[in-house]
Amino acid sequence: MSPKQPSMERRDFLDSMARRLPVWMFFLSAFSPENLLAQSDSATEPPPGYDPTKHNYAMGVDIHKCIGCGRCADACKNENHVPREPFFYRTWVERYICPPEGDAIVDSPNGGIDGFPEYKGDKEVLRTYFVPKLCNHCENAPCVQVCPVGATFVSRDGVVLVDESYCVGCRYCIQACPYGARYLHPETKTADKCTFCYHRITKGLLPACVEVCPTQTRVFGEAGHRSSPIWRFMRFGNVTVLKAYLNTKPKVYYSGADMEVR
Amino acid sequence: MTIKASSVPQQVIPLAIIFAAGITGLLVIRHFLVPDTFGEHGHYRADAVDEIAALPVSYAGYQACVDCHDDIFTAKQSSFHKGLSCETCHGPAGQHVEDQDKFKPAKPHGREFCILCHGYNVSRPSGFPQILPNMHNPGKACVGCHDPHKPTTPRPPGDCSACHAGIANQKAVSHHTDLQCNTCHEVPKDHITQPRLSRAEKPTSRDICGKCHGKDATGGIEEAPRIDMASHGGRYMCWDCHYPHDPEATK
Amino acid sequence: MDLHAVTQAAAEMPHVTGYMYPNEAELHWSILIVIYPYLTGLVAGAFILASLERVFNVRVLQPVYRLSLLTALSFLLIAPLPLLAHLGKPERSYEMFLTPHSESAMAMFGFVYAWYLMVVLLLEIWFDYRRNFIEWSKTKKAALTRLMYKVLSLGTTDVSEKALKFDDKVGRIITIIGIPSAFLLHGYVGFIFGSVKANPWWSSVLMPIVFLFSAIVSGIAMVLLIYMVTSMFRVKEISMPCLNRLAELLFYALIVDFSLELLDFIQRLYESEESIHILSDMISSRLFISLIVTQIMLGTLLPIFSIAMARFGRFPDEMKRVTYLFAALLVQLGIFSTRWNVVIGGQLFSKSLRGLTTYKLDVFGLEGILVSGVLLITPFIILAVLSRILPPWMESGHRAST
Repeated sequence: MSPKQPSMERRDFLDSMARRLPVWMFFLSAFSPENLLAQSDSATEPPPGYDPTKHNYAMGVDIHKCIGCGRCADACKNENHVPREPFFYRTWVERYICPPEGDAIVDSPNGGIDGFPEYKGDKEVLRTYFVPKLCNHCENAPCVQVCPVGATFVSRDGVVLVDESYCVGCRYCIQACPYGARYLHPETKTADKCTFCYHRITKGLLPACVEVCPTQTRVFGEAGHRSSPIWRFMRFGNVTVLKAYLNTKPKVYYSGADMEVR
Repeated sequence: MTIKASSVPQQVIPLAIIFAAGITGLLVIRHFLVPDTFGEHGHYRADAVDEIAALPVSYAGYQACVDCHDDIFTAKQSSFHKGLSCETCHGPAGQHVEDQDKFKPAKPHGREFCILCHGYNVSRPSGFPQILPNMHNPGKACVGCHDPHKPTTPRPPGDCSACHAGIANQKAVSHHTDLQCNTCHEVPKDHITQPRLSRAEKPTSRDICGKCHGKDATGGIEEAPRIDMASHGGRYMCWDCHYPHDPEATK
Repeated sequence: MDLHAVTQAAAEMPHVTGYMYPNEAELHWSILIVIYPYLTGLVAGAFILASLERVFNVRVLQPVYRLSLLTALSFLLIAPLPLLAHLGKPERSYEMFLTPHSESAMAMFGFVYAWYLMVVLLLEIWFDYRRNFIEWSKTKKAALTRLMYKVLSLGTTDVSEKALKFDDKVGRIITIIGIPSAFLLHGYVGFIFGSVKANPWWSSVLMPIVFLFSAIVSGIAMVLLIYMVTSMFRVKEISMPCLNRLAELLFYALIVDFSLELLDFIQRLYESEESIHILSDMISSRLFISLIVTQIMLGTLLPIFSIAMARFGRFPDEMKRVTYLFAALLVQLGIFSTRWNVVIGGQLFSKSLRGLTTYKLDVFGLEGILVSGVLLITPFIILAVLSRILPPWMESGHRAST
């Protein structure tokens, strides 16, 4: 089954699976994932002790807490070898300055890594805040839909990844991303984007941006797990996703994002 | 075979051969070139997931630091910097975990690094400790007075603006410039040293505004705009409509 | 505007006004991707023109039947090159045939292209020329030429009445299949853009249809141009009924194309969605010349009026020819601008709907003007060579007998 079936179908599928639970239990006792994995090709085995089907990652971003220090964007460049020049980011911080009337003024000099210069405009400031941005790891990802060769995909643990050695560099995914989260890596000439630091989270570490965030603006964990920080975030936050009308079903949730954030 | 060779038009035969050869050739090539693990879990190369998972880690994560530096960590945990990861300031330390002697993590010394978080910026949440770098001991290194692992100020801040710079700046150019913070806010003594444990009070009644702005008020300056507290604003609190740190100029 | 002042002060990227997501500052699809739909449009348009003669028996168009087919083939051979040159990893392009992603519009490119080239165009041309191949393989002077035609005839020798009838029948069937295929080839290019929901400039159900009609417009105009120019060089009389009919068809296609684009425009304006502000900003600044001036004024309205006057007014033939030539040239400019406005225009504004960037066209380099010029000229060279090997001129004997 393709990873991105429409959710209704998936739900129906899961429903029917659940109804046949007793039968499944019987089979599972014989063919438990461990048993099956032991027999499978060793080259495709996940890291030892890691079962992707048991995870479903999500991130929460609390805009009220962000101080715009840009440590996340900086750490991301360090961790993932994102080119410092010219202007590509897997994650970046935007500053919103909302005057009493008219459009918000938004900027993100060097992704916020060097801090933000003082606002020198002549407009009065009504509200102002920082918004960290990154790949939204959509469940219904438009970038995955358009990839002609299957070089980008939603992994079984819910992370949108790019296969660097298979991408042809057509850039259709970059055009299809509503969030501007993708870019063409100037060295590999392939599409690149945030992986939730897949190489870290599968080892039990936090994504680099979450690790260094000094104010816990970013929280990371398992969607739907009671013991996950995401659970608390989703329960108490005024939670929304970006561009919800596009039906991309992001896995990055924002708390405190007002109407100007897009 | 019931079709006689002669019943098939002559021109179809070479075309059929060419197309059959072409399609067969493509299918054969395809069979050999499609990566082994393609399609195992979906329309992608399953190996790619493991390749990405196997990438090297630069940031070790604070747990790795705690293993050796538990003393610093314990001290830090009771300070305002308890939410900070070691690598937020010291940079990626994965190599240091691998080889403690060969690679030493960075120690930011100058003012620039601290200012990234603590320099005054109007967009930061109010209450977050910020300084005006030009005014706050210019030229001196932050670590001269503040221990980054226990950053409580060596002496309590003398002025509310040390932490509430945003509000102070706004008030300074407003009609309320001459009002002291404690004219309206009741500030417990401990708020200066433990701001989150003992919070400053916000006014709860309209009377506090009425002291200066009431029809027959005696407090404050003579020019202060006056209203009839009984009829003005109904059941609303003054600050539901007026922003006390920057009250509007129009009367 | 204050919005501009702040970001300009940040002086991060001087060519940006307002706010672009950082990764958006540079355009990801360049002029090469402008050329691609332009070329496939010419292919589809020229083929549809050829099929008019074949399937709908528009006899006056016979002089341009083979010419249209060869024009379509010449442009089709070059069409994938700009795409290939633009890939970050062109050496991996074969993957589109290995593991085409069924949900991706672009993955179908290889198959639509192969279908159109192998099953439609080449087959139709082969069946149409087969009789000539056999004839030429016997009558041409040079031995090498005779061998070439022998190879091209794929060893067939049957020129009996029955066999020729079969050729004609198959050719007709292929053309009938070819019309929806031509629609597919170019409508699908429109779908590549029209289905990107993230981009309000592209996302429109009308996109495939607008692409299709602009393709027909550009194809007819191109065949008209080529017919007039080649006749001039060959010092042959231009068939005036044929030319008049071409101009008429061009006129109707232009009217439909323009109406569709107008409908799209009015719909956007009337719905006035969130994106309308940044899009109108873009039209009135960055796209003013290429959209208002070259696409609409010069490329659509002027040709419509001049063809209407020349075709339906009482002009001498000489005057008509000059006007048609002039109109067909303007149409090419207009359709190229259309492609430019879609591809480049769709990337000039931020998906945050807060800013505009600029596209800087290089002169040198793979994505520069020089390479683009070469890509645009090569089809004509191919056509010149093809017309030597497969003379498309109908005087040289055709199935007029049937």
